[in-house]
Amino acid sequence: MPAQTPSQTVGPFFSHALTPGQSGYRAVVGNQLADEKTAGTAIRIEGRVADGAGAPVPDAMIEIWQADHRGRYPDGSEGFLGFGRASTDTEGAYWFRTVKPGTPTAAAAPHISVAIFARGMLNHLFTRIYFADETAANAADPLLSSLERDRRATLVASPINGRAIVTYEFSIRLQGERETVFLDG
Amino acid sequence: MTSNRKLSPRDWPSHPSQSDASYKSTLLRAHQRPLVPLEQSLSELTAPVFGHDAVSALDNDLTRNATQDGEPIGERIIVAGRILDESGSPVQGALVEIWQANAAGRYTHLSDEHDAPLDPNFLGAGRTLTDADGSYRFTTIRPGAYPWRNHSNAWRPAHIHFSVFGSAFVQRLVTQMYFPEDPLLRFDPIFESVRDPVARNRLVSRFSMGLTEPERALGFAFDIVLRGPQATPMER
Ligand SMILES: [Fe+2]
Repeated sequence: MPAQTPSQTVGPFFSHALTPGQSGYRAVVGNQLADEKTAGTAIRIEGRVADGAGAPVPDAMIEIWQADHRGRYPDGSEGFLGFGRASTDTEGAYWFRTVKPGTPTAAAAPHISVAIFARGMLNHLFTRIYFADETAANAADPLLSSLERDRRATLVASPINGRAIVTYEFSIRLQGERETVFLDG
Repeated sequence: MTSNRKLSPRDWPSHPSQSDASYKSTLLRAHQRPLVPLEQSLSELTAPVFGHDAVSALDNDLTRNATQDGEPIGERIIVAGRILDESGSPVQGALVEIWQANAAGRYTHLSDEHDAPLDPNFLGAGRTLTDADGSYRFTTIRPGAYPWRNHSNAWRPAHIHFSVFGSAFVQRLVTQMYFPEDPLLRFDPIFESVRDPVARNRLVSRFSMGLTEPERALGFAFDIVLRGPQATPMER
């Protein structure tokens, strides 16, 4: 039986290939998964990635994978890809525009899967974005309810008031105090 | 791999440890808390489906996909192989993306400060979708080694970065392909971060006379293996 190929870091120089934009090379996918025509509630997710010293991580890539507004995972047959990719800027900031996912199974609260890549990360890490305004569903979610309260808070995106579209903040702390919960699924 | 069957775990002994004192950038970026085990659900066992419009005709030929006034400088090579899972099944329709330095060891990236020439006819980025048998093929230029600031006189061995999707989001893999018998490999903390020498050697491509094209390009074979279906007790 063949054995798994080892992971290696994405390194600092991926953006001309994976998150182009300025380079003239066409992107396969970007940070806008949805537009006005996409069914569901339009949302924006924004945040920063910080290292163990609290300094911004300006060369991270964040990928998201999610169900559509009905809670169904896209199979390529419809317009909504369900996948997006963003790189962080000099402040460590990133954002996505998408739609709020529905509930994928009765057991889980609405969430978005996240993969994080960066120079200095020899393996990518997985986490999840949950939504603070889903109080009842979050309380019943098996992953969230298995975590201590401080740790659980690192997975829950909080609404930012006063924006034109519904906006949530989800920041990622790679190391140290308030380190984000990373998942091994 | 279909039917959202559960997957084997990440084979951690085959992968680097996240924290590695000889690779300085890990010091503030490696997590300190253990990963939290997650029961695999549809969120983990499905993945984006990239249609054929995701790639265009020249995307897998880095010697032609960004030319301005001629051909890129350097040694033309073919890099080809298959994307498989641990059961040996091909992963078909998988998006494979690569990026690399040019022949002089310089990336087309604003923050690459290495004092080596850019090549106006080489971007160093390509992509393709695997065929029904999981195979992919790129034409490119053999990348040069380049210095970095990890330690005194630090050089990265020549490598090509690979990004691969499977049919499940947790099969996602980003890795690097190296070239056979490169004397820099044993000095490279990133290559050496995979402690198991057998696993580490899976990152080294193999020279292939079969892939080599007469009068045109040397061929290197590189297969990639992703997490596969979880073995059931019956199969063990
Ligand atoms: Fe590199």
